[in-house]
Order: sequence, then C-alpha cells, then structure tokens
Amino acid sequence: MSPRPIKLRKISNPPLVSGFKPYGAKDTDKDPEVVFLQYEEYEAIRLCDYEKLNHLHASEIMNVSRPTLTRIYAKAREKMAEAIVLGKQLIIEGGKIYFDSEWFSCKTCGCFFNNPEKQDDNKECPLCNSKDIIICEEFIYEDEESFSRCHDICVCPVCGFEKPHGFRIPCRNEICPECHQHLIRKGSLHTKNI
Amino acid sequence: MKTAITSTGNTLESKLDQRFGRCAYFVIYDTETTGMEFIPNHSKDAQEGAGPAAVQLVASRDVRKIISGEFGIKIKSLLDRLKIQMIVLKEPEKTINEIIEMLNKK
Repeated sequence: MSPRPIKLRKISNPPLVSGFKPYGAKDTDKDPEVVFLQYEEYEAIRLCDYEKLNHLHASEIMNVSRPTLTRIYAKAREKMAEAIVLGKQLIIEGGKIYFDSEWFSCKTCGCFFNNPEKQDDNKECPLCNSKDIIICEEFIYEDEESFSRCHDICVCPVCGFEKPHGFRIPCRNEICPECHQHLIRKGSLHTKNI
Repeated sequence: MKTAITSTGNTLESKLDQRFGRCAYFVIYDTETTGMEFIPNHSKDAQEGAGPAAVQLVASRDVRKIISGEFGIKIKSLLDRLKIQMIVLKEPEKTINEIIEMLNKK
C-alpha cells in the first residue's frame, strides 16, 4: 500500500532571499556544503519564532495539523543548527507547498503583488507597468520534474557556455566542457561584471 | 482608480512606511484626477487591532490598491475578501513622490 499523500502546506510569505552563506571560513577556495531548508520549514520558523505564534495557531495558518507543524518546525531547527554549527550554506528551496493567493513578483521594480480579481489576468506590474513579471502562483514542488520550472541558467564566466540550472546542483559544481571553469548563475551579481 | 500608500510623514518627500497597520500616514492617490490626500493613522499606537482598523480606514475611501512594505497575517485575508490588491515594496528608501511617479508612467 502506498503511503498517504502529503498534505500541501500553505505559505503566506515567500522568503526574501533564496539562502544564506557563511563568511569568514578558513578555506575560502572551497564552497561550503549545502543544507536545504524547505519552504514549509522556513514558513514554520517565520510563524513560530518571528511572528511568535504558538504551534496550534501556526498550524492553522499553514493548513496542517498541529503535530505536523511541530514536526516541520523541529526539522527546521535541526537544519538551521546544522548550518550554523558546521558552517554550511543554507538554501531555501523545495517542499510540498502552495502560496496563499496568487502572488506575482516584478523583475523590474522588485515588488510583490497579488491579484484579487481572479478573472482578469493581469500581465503587468501594477507599480511600474513592466511586463517582466514572474508568477509565484501555486508552485507545487513535488519532485525533480516540477523543479525544471526553475528557468535559471548556469553560465561559464570565461566562454559564455550556458546550460539550464539543475535542481539542487550548485552552479559552482558544474564544469564548463570547453574551458573547464566552474559555472555561475546567470544574472547573479558576479555575472554583471562580464 | 485610488491607491493607498503608507507613508512615514505628510509630505511628498516622506519615505514609504514599511508597516501597514502602524504607518504614520496613508496617502490616498487618485490616478484619474491626480488628486491626493494625506490621512493620519490614528490607530498607529493602538495596543492591538491596528491592522483591521487601517483596513477599514482605507476601504472607506474606496481604494483598489495598497502599497506598503509588509502586510500582517490578519490583513491578507481581510483584503482578499475586499478584493483590494496588495503591493509589497521592500524599498524603505523610496519616497512617496517616486512611487507616484512610477504609478503615473502609464
């Protein structure tokens, strides 16, 4: 018998950054190891420790049972502790989640907005009218396949070779077939200088 | 269409307030008539319920969009029901004037 499917967790606020990196490591050449904090775990930390809600209240907001919330929260604390103690980088991604209402983010002005009028598709940013918006709507990260929705590209800083970003594979771990350089994320701060 | 912007002061040079319920002033800007109004937020120092009171205030002005730095949990469901669009702008250095200019670029 297959196990009961995991209930989707509701995320009210997407995280502002996609991860955290330690600094001041002795061996600066090596990229620190990675701990993956799932979206739902981030949300549990936000609700319990930042908003200071109790587990019952937080579980209602995330639309899961109280024991489930406690499990997610415990896991989140464990991962954060691991990252801090062992000096690993923390990447926030994955998890079985959906976003509260339809949320969009504008790439031009960096704002987030929702769309209360469900019937009309707003295809532009309400603030700067840019068409360059991405939907954060009901991302359901179930497996690797749905992660291919991530449209990021790894690029070689030397020859400009490009390949789609692989799920859970840091760009630095990919090697350019032409000039054997470590790849970097396209559009990241480092690539702006190229 | 009317837009509410949370402001830290009552001039055009004031910065965007990062909180919704506890902002100092609301700027109600009408994109059609380009008229604007500054409303002081009386529930700013309230013990609790500042958010819902603020929602009531802006909803009474028939606002369709709200620009602020953050919205609390209670607010989101209220605004969803009232069909008011929330715009989260995480730029505390933006002035009211700059935001209005962005809105006018239509």
